[in-house]
Amino acid sequence: MSAATEIAAAVRAGRRTARDVLEEHLARIDARESEVHAFNLVLADEARVAADAVDAAVAAGADPGPLAGVPIALKDNLCTRGVPTTCSSRILAGWRPPYDATVVLRVVAAGGVVVGKTNLDEFAMGSSTENSAFGPTRNPRDVSRVPGGSSGGSAAAVAAGFAPLALGSDTGGSIRQPAALCGTVGVKPTYGAVSRYGLVAFASSLDQIGPFAGSVADAALLLDVIAGPDPLDSTSSPRVPAALGPVLGAGVAGLRVGLIDELVDAEGVEPEVRDAVGRAAAALEAAGATVERVSVPSVVYGISAYYLIAPAEASSNLARYDGVRYGLRVDGDDVATMNARTRDAGFGPEVKRRIMLGTYALSAGYYDAYYGKAQRVRTLITRDFARAYERFDALLSPTSPTVAFPLGAKADDPLAMYLSDVCTIPTNLAGHAAASVPFGTGRDGLPVGVQVLVDAEQEPTMFRVMQVLEEQAS
Amino acid sequence: MTTTGYEAVIGLEAHVELATATKLFCGCPNEFGAAPNTHVCPVCLGLPGSLPVLNRTVVEYALRFAAALGFRVPDESIFARKNYFYPDMPKDYQISQYEEPILVDGAIDVDGVRIGIERAHLEEDTGKTTHMGGGGRIHEADYSLVDYNRAGVPLMEIVSRPDIRTAEQARAYVSELRGVLKALGVSDVKMEEGSMRVDANVSVRPVGTEAFGTKVEIKNMNSLRSLGRAIDFEIERQVAALEAGERIVQETRHWDEADGRTHGMRTKEGSSDYRYFPEPDLVPVAPSDAMRAAAAASVPELPAARRARLAADWGVSDADARVLVDVDGLADFAAAAVATLAGGTARDVANWCTGDVMAYLNETGLSVEVLPLAPDGLAELVGLVAAGTISRNQAKDVLAECLRTPKRPAQVVQERGLEQVSDAGALAAVVDEVLAANADAVAEYRSGDDKARKKKRGFLMGECMKALQGQGNPQLLNALLDERLAERLA
Repeated sequence: MSAATEIAAAVRAGRRTARDVLEEHLARIDARESEVHAFNLVLADEARVAADAVDAAVAAGADPGPLAGVPIALKDNLCTRGVPTTCSSRILAGWRPPYDATVVLRVVAAGGVVVGKTNLDEFAMGSSTENSAFGPTRNPRDVSRVPGGSSGGSAAAVAAGFAPLALGSDTGGSIRQPAALCGTVGVKPTYGAVSRYGLVAFASSLDQIGPFAGSVADAALLLDVIAGPDPLDSTSSPRVPAALGPVLGAGVAGLRVGLIDELVDAEGVEPEVRDAVGRAAAALEAAGATVERVSVPSVVYGISAYYLIAPAEASSNLARYDGVRYGLRVDGDDVATMNARTRDAGFGPEVKRRIMLGTYALSAGYYDAYYGKAQRVRTLITRDFARAYERFDALLSPTSPTVAFPLGAKADDPLAMYLSDVCTIPTNLAGHAAASVPFGTGRDGLPVGVQVLVDAEQEPTMFRVMQVLEEQAS
Repeated sequence: MTTTGYEAVIGLEAHVELATATKLFCGCPNEFGAAPNTHVCPVCLGLPGSLPVLNRTVVEYALRFAAALGFRVPDESIFARKNYFYPDMPKDYQISQYEEPILVDGAIDVDGVRIGIERAHLEEDTGKTTHMGGGGRIHEADYSLVDYNRAGVPLMEIVSRPDIRTAEQARAYVSELRGVLKALGVSDVKMEEGSMRVDANVSVRPVGTEAFGTKVEIKNMNSLRSLGRAIDFEIERQVAALEAGERIVQETRHWDEADGRTHGMRTKEGSSDYRYFPEPDLVPVAPSDAMRAAAAASVPELPAARRARLAADWGVSDADARVLVDVDGLADFAAAAVATLAGGTARDVANWCTGDVMAYLNETGLSVEVLPLAPDGLAELVGLVAAGTISRNQAKDVLAECLRTPKRPAQVVQERGLEQVSDAGALAAVVDEVLAANADAVAEYRSGDDKARKKKRGFLMGECMKALQGQGNPQLLNALLDERLAERLA
């Protein structure tokens, strides 16, 4: 069921009102939000105003746009004008951005109705949404389990039916891994496909905004709205991306698909997950694709490189939270003391850990050995992927090595937590696109996600593969 | 104190504010003097989620500077983050260029010596902190206020090679650099207003040795004069220290204009580690061939060439040519006057400009543009002198009035009744009248010796001028009087 696509069509045609659609979703939020805690902030009143405006536009004969009346949840690291944007951190207490992120403007201009700001691991650092200053989000499929992270709130909102669409951000897997754990579709677009303007930065060279949706078609609908050049983001691609709507239904006949050896056989991949990826490959073959195993050797160094590059950039991006201009301030006798006390009180342990890691990696005398070397590994990974894409149109792997794990299971073991992203991180390092599609269930009947990877700007191919997997999964 | 036996090795780092309409990475006005925190936006305030976008004009200005001074412009340069905490820096890092600057390997000729310029790079300025209470010093202040209007203003840092040997040469280098930047129209380059700040790296070594001594960085010189004084002081301080058997400490020292000394700054242990890394929010700067060509075509005549041309075309001295070119708008003013000249020479125009006009500008602190005197007014004055209508001394008075009021020189001459009588017939009549009225004096002239004649001639000349109320053309009058007296002797 493509809820968002159907809602937009019905609202545009005047068959349903946006207000009616919204109330239905607000009722679901009322019913389950207290146990799921997907949101840091539900914007019920603002959403009603927005929905009524959409209905008024339809009544006046205007077309509100492709997202007409579709409720959408925003990860709380996307700036919303006048609305608190916290990154689930105490350090941004009280801050209301004076501007909207480019993606927010595009969603609203397309008729989307923002229902709330979703919970995340603080500053998007984590894989379980347990690193939130406002408490964890729980997996709607099993509330004793984590929803994954860092965009756990957005994934949970879609999985719980709070909104048919949500936006998240993916620096090392933060859209795809929670999508897999919650049983939704999650897409990390090509670096530069979607403007980062207004996304509070974690690691600038890796961050990308992307959609969560209940279906592949809905994910395409949202990505088509948010993708495209933005003069406010120098790293956004100047090329207008191909529309995804038209490729849906094209099938995979003739496509060459590679199954990544190193990720299918990675340490910690649960047998049920491995089986699901195997069944996905078989399903693609049945649909007319050719599938072969392929080695992308350097991906095994992805986590090591990532945990130098991402913290290095984060240590600089997060320097501005110093108590001088906005957010939390804890006073001290002089500026340096005030800075230190503010940051000590405002940041959680995982954020502090990464700031220290990154500061160290960039220090004089260590730069070449750490940051410099990590950048060389990044080049290697990109080169290995390029070789694979000479032979294959798309690659396949698990999204997460495991299904959703219980709250607290990895909270005290950062390295175990970091391994959750072993399959997703290489794509961010290469700047390519990848997505997670639900494909069957694994341990305890929990959802499994299969990852589809493509070369930069090959989203149309990726969506063709995703759609066939979606069809074959049910 | 003597510094004999030592030579100084000096390198200069000039930070120049570029005179663009908007800031380096956002659309806020690049304007001095607005109310605090009114020229700010999410980008220059470094608000979470904001991103920088490079100002194209800044690149154009850098390319123009490159074309003027022969820099190499690499295919790509990149921005880097310089990380350190400071309240006037909104992001707690400065976007600058580090390992790959936009311009490398330029040079400028200063009084016949070529001074190498290692690099010029682009970076953003910081905000401005004002410490309230405690006499404005940070340690005693009750609180501090930050104005971010200046945050994100484009700066170009121009780093010379250590090719400079004296304070005088350092001043000349900065002066020449200012002239070039001003001629290019890329900066106001006013040291006093902070649109150009110059730090100096100074070391000394025994004459004849190659190895550099330990260098000391000196800061806080806000005029060419203090730059020269600070360098001279520092050279003497270092030589004295070496002579006393001490070692020079590598450090940053502050120039104190009041006591005329440099002072070591209290710094924390260990050197700063700025943890530079490539700025991931910006793409490499890769100027197109078209941009490079347009920049090269936009380079106007540079000061050195203009000085040479003025010296050749107008016959002015090198020193006067320098004044004309160095003073804002003065050479343009003179050229405009020369263009409307009806009598007199370009050199006359130049002499008035470097003399009385400059004296007035220095005395009042005014700039050429605001003078009520128009270029064609000065041309008119030169014409009046050339035509003999007024004398040079009278012209000085007329000019003095024209510099202060919107009156034309001819109008002043008329109001004051200053026109010289140069009509030969009219003057001859006056001479004849005076000789007739002073028959005694004429008789004494005829019978007297040389000394007496000279005395009587002077008396008679005075009487003529008196009769003409001082407005007789002195050359003509002298000639006529001599002619008439010679007739009496015959």
